[in-house]
Amino acid sequence: MNTQKLKSVFAEALDIEESFITDELTYNSIAEWDSVAHMALVAEIDDQFDIMLDTDDVLDLSSFSKAKEILTKYDIAFD
Amino acid sequence: MLVGNRVILVTGAARGIGQATAVFLAASGAQVIIHGRSEESMDETVRLIQSAEGLEPLRVAYDVRDEAGMKLAFKQIKKIFGRLDGLVNNAGIMTEGLMGMVKTTHIQEMLDVNVTSVILHMQLSSRLMLKNKQGSIVNVSSIIGTRGSEGSAAYAASKAAVIGATLSASKEWAGKGVRVNAVAPGFIETDLTAHYMENKKEKLLETIKMNRFGHVEEVASVISFLLSDMSSYITGQVIGVDGGMVI
Repeated sequence: MNTQKLKSVFAEALDIEESFITDELTYNSIAEWDSVAHMALVAEIDDQFDIMLDTDDVLDLSSFSKAKEILTKYDIAFD
Repeated sequence: MLVGNRVILVTGAARGIGQATAVFLAASGAQVIIHGRSEESMDETVRLIQSAEGLEPLRVAYDVRDEAGMKLAFKQIKKIFGRLDGLVNNAGIMTEGLMGMVKTTHIQEMLDVNVTSVILHMQLSSRLMLKNKQGSIVNVSSIIGTRGSEGSAAYAASKAAVIGATLSASKEWAGKGVRVNAVAPGFIETDLTAHYMENKKEKLLETIKMNRFGHVEEVASVISFLLSDMSSYITGQVIGVDGGMVI
């Protein structure tokens, strides 16, 4: 459930189709995921999962797969 | 003043410029969040806001060096209001000492409180502002940061750093709807300056063209202007509020 939720967050923040979002999607690999969009993505993750990411995690958030790994630290479980 | 219903956090709001700013904003219709080191330290500010018939302020208490406490406060702001429209980075400390007599611990403490916390507050605020593409941040620097002053090297360095951070952040966020400015007060009568000896005050007066010290309300009104839509085309500026002081 949270994987789907995170996909929706990525799609909304980066303004891309959900079908583009796989574990391999990485920061700067597509034009839509630049530094500006990254901050929008962080804000959207904060909002939707009701957390506040640490700055270290903001910097570490380099892919969809990494995002899931980071969020588990905030007690958010993925399948 | 066009700050009605804006959600604005004022750090160091228990006294001095922060307190006057919180009261001014609340009296202008803003929803103010006041910060202090402890809940009780803000009693007087709350009383003044109530007297001014402002909206009941939210109190957040933490040491600005405590990043976890700061984050908790922002989570609370987000939960209660869902947004943040303005930030006044006012909390600060001042320790004086001639160049050869400044302790490393004092330098570090001033950098932690006056610089690091300012940057971290901007960072966290931006998460709530950039999403809505709207926000105004005002950092409180000092004329000592722009001009320097004998016996204030560490304080001056910290306040000069605030200006650097202000200018950089303003450039990053100008295109995203978030404005960042600073005020550089001159000699304002507050708790921070109360310890000045009378003879020192007399000498200081000679450096002020308007021939008087400033009042906290005179800084509060400029900060409020920078938070309001009246300054919608102003970003990356450092506004002196010093009565024509020359140091």
